Amino acid sequence: MIIGQIKDGIVLDHITAGRGMDIYRILGLDKLDCTVAMIKNADSVKKGKKDIIKIGQVIDLDFTVLGYIDPGITVNIIQDGKLAKREHLSLPERVTDIIHCKNPRCITSTEQELRHEFRLVDREKKLYRCIYCESPAPKVVD
Amino acid sequence: MKNLIDIMQLSTDELQELIDRAMDIIANPAKYAEACHGKKLATLFFEPSTRTRLSFEAAMYELGGNVIGFSEANSSSAAKGESVADTVRTVGCYADIIAMRHPKEGAPLVATRTAGVPVVNAGDGGHNHPTQTLADLLTIYREKGGFENLTFGLCGDLKFGRTVHSLISAMSRYKGVKFVLISPEELRVPRYIITDLLEPKHIPYAEVTSLEAAMPDLDILYMTRVQRERFFNEADYMRLKDTYILTPDKLRAAKKDLAILHPLPRVNEISVAVDDDPRACYFKQVLNGKYMRMALILKLLEVNV
Ligand SMILES: [Zn+2]
Repeated sequence: MIIGQIKDGIVLDHITAGRGMDIYRILGLDKLDCTVAMIKNADSVKKGKKDIIKIGQVIDLDFTVLGYIDPGITVNIIQDGKLAKREHLSLPERVTDIIHCKNPRCITSTEQELRHEFRLVDREKKLYRCIYCESPAPKVVD
Repeated sequence: MKNLIDIMQLSTDELQELIDRAMDIIANPAKYAEACHGKKLATLFFEPSTRTRLSFEAAMYELGGNVIGFSEANSSSAAKGESVADTVRTVGCYADIIAMRHPKEGAPLVATRTAGVPVVNAGDGGHNHPTQTLADLLTIYREKGGFENLTFGLCGDLKFGRTVHSLISAMSRYKGVKFVLISPEELRVPRYIITDLLEPKHIPYAEVTSLEAAMPDLDILYMTRVQRERFFNEADYMRLKDTYILTPDKLRAAKKDLAILHPLPRVNEISVAVDDDPRACYFKQVLNGKYMRMALILKLLEVNV
């Protein structure tokens, strides 16, 4: 299968196989007017299988969100048909308002104004805890 | 240190500094009688806890300071729906330091952002209660002369007992400490205490169900209440509440210098007949709590004596 080269845009590479559609949705790519290609189960040297998303336009990406959902992603920014910049994502130290604390005893359950903040407590286990009640984050990351 | 929200904010050195200060207060109370003259402590108790509130208030009065505050949410602005942030911002205009009790976990952390004055967590739901741990630690220090090489039994509700989790965290930093975790299967410590705290540091521990079998090894026995409000149904509570009751009979197998602690209030998990045993330290613990709160107030207000 051949997908056309991008002149200006973004390639999200090394997406964990099967997670491409989630990322498509979370980044709101369905709302873009430009070309967007979702490639599922591409061959990967590193991972066996991977998903790839090609976006035919340079858009603002929230690397914190992306890094949290799938820290293995490589972000390639393409300008004039050439690779202009490559970012290897990693798990962010803190995530704010991406996930919500589910503990009914947490202060965030009664005070609507509070931002839901989680802190990375164990990088190896990909474990985040609510900064208020220390409940583990609901699992988005495997 | 600007606030005390979680006992683990304190390094072992800072903890020792508070203990040394408390010991000095005990030895020379007169020296501290006017230390906080002109200062005000606000006790903001969004849920009632008379013991903890009285301990903070007594601590401030013994330092020559004054106390303002409320003792339950329905006599406060929270009943009208005011946020924690706004309440403490207002109170911070009047008080020099705030002690806050709140039914929701993390509320005192929220308070630190807008209070403008030091905030002490006086208990946030089932989460943290660092000044209780300070009371526990001073008691251990006074009874045992230090924290190293102790076999530490914790008995009762180890699942929901917040004082237990804080105490294990704090004690796990000392050399030669062993834990014996005595509870019914249903009320064992949460797994993360084992997997994130004890195992990585190779701290010896045992999870057992029999208080009597564990007794001869213990240097400290920390009893806890099986709390009704932590149960979702009455039948479970009734079945488990009497499982671990300490009696003079069970103490026969214990060491002569065992120290028995309990965060109080007790219901019936320690028989009243144990109270006269010299090993019973739970009322000393109450007094120690006041001394540690005094030491903490001095530290947070940066008062030099
Ligand atoms: Zn929470």
